[in-house]
Amino acid sequence: MNYFLTDEQKMIQELAEQIAREKIRPVRAQLDEAEEFPTEILKVLAQSDLFGVCIPEEYGGLGGGILENCLAVEQLARACIGVATSYAASGLGAYPILLYGSEAQKAAYLPDIAAGKRLAAFAVTESGAGSDVTAIRTTAVKDGDSYVLNGTKQWITNGGEADIYSVLAVTDKTKGPRGASFFIVEKGDPGFTFGKKEKKLGIRASATRELVFQDCRIPKERLIAREGMGFIIAMKTFDKSRPGIGALGVGLAQGALDIAVEYARKRIQFGKPIITFQAIQHKLADMAIKTEAARALIYAAARHLDTDPPDAGKVAAMCKVFASDTAMEVTTEAVQVLGGYGYMRDYPVEKMFRDAKILQIYEGTNEIQRNIIGQELNKEYGRMKETFF
Amino acid sequence: MKIVVCIKQVPDAKNVRIDPHTHTLVRQGVESIINPFDLFAVEAALRLKDRHGAHVTALTMGPPQAEEALRDVLSRGVDDAVLLSDRAFAGADTWATATALAAAVRKLGDVSLIFCGKQAVDGDTAQVGPELATLLDIPYATFVKQVELGDEGRLKVVRKTDEGMEVWRLPLPALVTVLRDVGDPRVPSIKHKMRAKKAAVPVWGLADVGLSEDRVGLKGSFTQVVRVFSPPKRADRRMLEGPVSEQVEKLFQFLKEAKVPGL
Repeated sequence: MNYFLTDEQKMIQELAEQIAREKIRPVRAQLDEAEEFPTEILKVLAQSDLFGVCIPEEYGGLGGGILENCLAVEQLARACIGVATSYAASGLGAYPILLYGSEAQKAAYLPDIAAGKRLAAFAVTESGAGSDVTAIRTTAVKDGDSYVLNGTKQWITNGGEADIYSVLAVTDKTKGPRGASFFIVEKGDPGFTFGKKEKKLGIRASATRELVFQDCRIPKERLIAREGMGFIIAMKTFDKSRPGIGALGVGLAQGALDIAVEYARKRIQFGKPIITFQAIQHKLADMAIKTEAARALIYAAARHLDTDPPDAGKVAAMCKVFASDTAMEVTTEAVQVLGGYGYMRDYPVEKMFRDAKILQIYEGTNEIQRNIIGQELNKEYGRMKETFF
Repeated sequence: MKIVVCIKQVPDAKNVRIDPHTHTLVRQGVESIINPFDLFAVEAALRLKDRHGAHVTALTMGPPQAEEALRDVLSRGVDDAVLLSDRAFAGADTWATATALAAAVRKLGDVSLIFCGKQAVDGDTAQVGPELATLLDIPYATFVKQVELGDEGRLKVVRKTDEGMEVWRLPLPALVTVLRDVGDPRVPSIKHKMRAKKAAVPVWGLADVGLSEDRVGLKGSFTQVVRVFSPPKRADRRMLEGPVSEQVEKLFQFLKEAKVPGL
């Protein structure tokens, strides 16, 4: 379908597609099998300027928005969402600085992130704080010209691999949700170490680790915005990043559809290619319908979100939920179309099926997304004067 | 330092046609790609540029559509490009091609280093590089797998030959034809892609490079393709399997049955 992209947007899309095809697809199975971080591929992405897609030009980026980010992410995801997640997580880690950082912070970090010289990460989750973000226990205590951090972050994407971490910590326990703040922590800061690398079901090319802060002392200038802004920054970051998770879903679904159709055209049973059987055709049709619908939603929503609308939270949540559910459904059906071969590691749909599951979980579970949408509907309709029945 | 990379657009091997009259490859209307070895030449030039700084110019001779190949390499980081295109250049053999390229290199002026791919995958001659160096009267090294710029502006290259590796030192200016070992061609970058889209690619014709018509194209060619044909199919081949001693025994029996003299 024609989505009326600009020349520059098409350029981003084509380049990401080329990298996915030439550099990612040939090694994705090996990265998955060895649980190997895609350092070389990230270097290629850096050299291609793709890390700068949504960073302003004044900081060395390309000055694009959410749509440009989604276009890049979707194409990378078509080959491997483990690699695409590592890429996208750097953008996620950069958003708090990009949205709320001081001029000095932006100048210090964004050019390196845009150039892909330094990878970023976003650290909110803890063992006792998943969907309930307000339950975080990592603390940051002001001490003279420093903040001292203590606590452990869990399941941090790019943990150990990234150089720059946006970390949420409690600065005032008495203030509840208004008592948390974001800090920039750098790899190498005293008292900052990494826990074990997690062994995961899917996206095994991505690195997921604990971040351990033991009297980790950082300069007070690393506080992002003001104390107490932590949750607002987290929410605004998610408004920007969740369409990107949707784009991961669209790319993954498309990648699975590509393989399922190609296979169905070649696989002969009962003397005919199985794509001539209606049972298979209908499966493929449903997969294509859902994938295209998810893509249309993501692109339209991304354009809308680039205007900073008041309903950003709801729309961003819709992207994340719909496209990630789509990816799970489409990859499940792709395995079914390939049958026994689909279950084997020789074909990529086995990995895609395993990979898809994380999209329904990370960056806010799909249940939490539906909560956001439902609560927003309640508020929206509560404000309306009109009645419908 | 000024570096020139010579590239060639070749027909995508999947759909090649041959003109029944001239017996040369029909390039118009066939999907073209950059000769894969030339992309390695571009990469070698860009790596030297990354390390030492340089101005890299891509040069190609071909029909107007060859501009597409030049824009591709511009998007990978080549600084500028020149297209040699003129009806008079058509039908050139390797010598007439090298003649035109040499004239263009002279016009560019002050070129320290020229990179070419080891050969083009359409003609497979591997002649244009050496001929270009000969016409420019500069030293050249073929089948190079590694290039380093040493002190005193000398070039150190490692050549891969059938007999083994050779390490050569060349004074500049020089020409090098490279193998795939020099490093994987980089992908384009968005910023270079945008620059490449807008870049002016000058087209130089016969008059621009100061050559006469009898020295280029079909007229300037010493060779002419008389006939193109598929080589006769080789006789049936059999693969021997099993342990070596068994294979030797089988081979011996086979040769004996074939009545090879002396057995």
